[in-house]
Amino acid sequence: MPQHSWQRAVYAALKAAHITQLGYVPDAGHAHLITAAQADPNMRDVVLTTEEEGIALAAGAWLGGQRAVLLMQSSGVGNCINMLSLPVNCRMPFLTLVTMRGEWGEFNPWQVPMGAATPHVLAAAGVHVHRADRPDEAADTVAAAAALAFDSAVSVAVLLGQRLIGTKVFVE
Amino acid sequence: MRNEGTLDRRAVVAALLQDPGDLLVVTGLGAATYDAGATGDRPLNFYLWGAMGGAAMIGLGLALAQPERRVLVLTGDGEMLMGIGSLATIAAAGAPNLAIAVLDNAQFGETGAQASHTAGATDLAAVAAACGWSETVTARSMDEVELLRSRLRHQAVFAVVKISPAEVPRYLPPRDGAYLADRFRRALGVQLS
Repeated sequence: MPQHSWQRAVYAALKAAHITQLGYVPDAGHAHLITAAQADPNMRDVVLTTEEEGIALAAGAWLGGQRAVLLMQSSGVGNCINMLSLPVNCRMPFLTLVTMRGEWGEFNPWQVPMGAATPHVLAAAGVHVHRADRPDEAADTVAAAAALAFDSAVSVAVLLGQRLIGTKVFVE
Repeated sequence: MRNEGTLDRRAVVAALLQDPGDLLVVTGLGAATYDAGATGDRPLNFYLWGAMGGAAMIGLGLALAQPERRVLVLTGDGEMLMGIGSLATIAAAGAPNLAIAVLDNAQFGETGAQASHTAGATDLAAVAAACGWSETVTARSMDEVELLRSRLRHQAVFAVVKISPAEVPRYLPPRDGAYLADRFRRALGVQLS
């Protein structure tokens, strides 16, 4: 499946889940989703200065009757920990798509500690963790995660594996 | 390092929340939550008891979801400082129906009155202006607070109100987050699933 094909399917899954606000700290692995959101008059994209802002954004959206998603990289998960108490404590849905670094073929050692810690700290903070490593499972995983989050009012993260998004190349 | 504020925080909040109508209110943890509760608990007040730094961004998500309604974020200087980047995020997003009022006593009152950054060189209204907020104001008198009430309900304004650091009696509004979120959504009439 070509790179953009599964990403288009993931965006379609977000739309099918009636998500209308998309907060993000950019990552190359999310570039297609961000571009698609910016071109979509029915999706409000919000660029964040730090990832935990997106959790509060999603809580506000939910209070106002809308659904949001947060896009971030695994390095941003560490910024989020205390703010994750907001959806958990308020029994609000929360959905985040996390592009993974620090694993499959990683070049930059600075990405490794947080990448390795990501699923564990999310789980410890009360977030249900799903994972996709193959193009053909990405959209299904996001759709199931959105259903779990919004139907059961829990926090759900989908980890998009580095093998799926492609290892970042530093030296061509 | 000093605090220049003299205003009684309860009088300030009572003035800002007078006749709230259908105003949507989000309060930052600590004294801002107590002040809003003391002024009169209502379902369209969403009180934070945690999630420090998140009040302004909750306000943004809410304002984007409810563009026909007015949203007021009421918080303290310490809470706003922790979410200082959200001033840039909100300015970049643009939300004409969102206003923020910071109750600035230049200290972390909840934890032993340690001086905050606004006791020194940091001017939050100037920070907001530099982030792109076109309307910023600092109120130091009750006359200015009275004028501020209307602006907060009609403009995307970022306001700092210089309040006295004096402690006031604690008023504890509900703190069950699930209850607060559910009653807010019911009062707003949004779909429950």
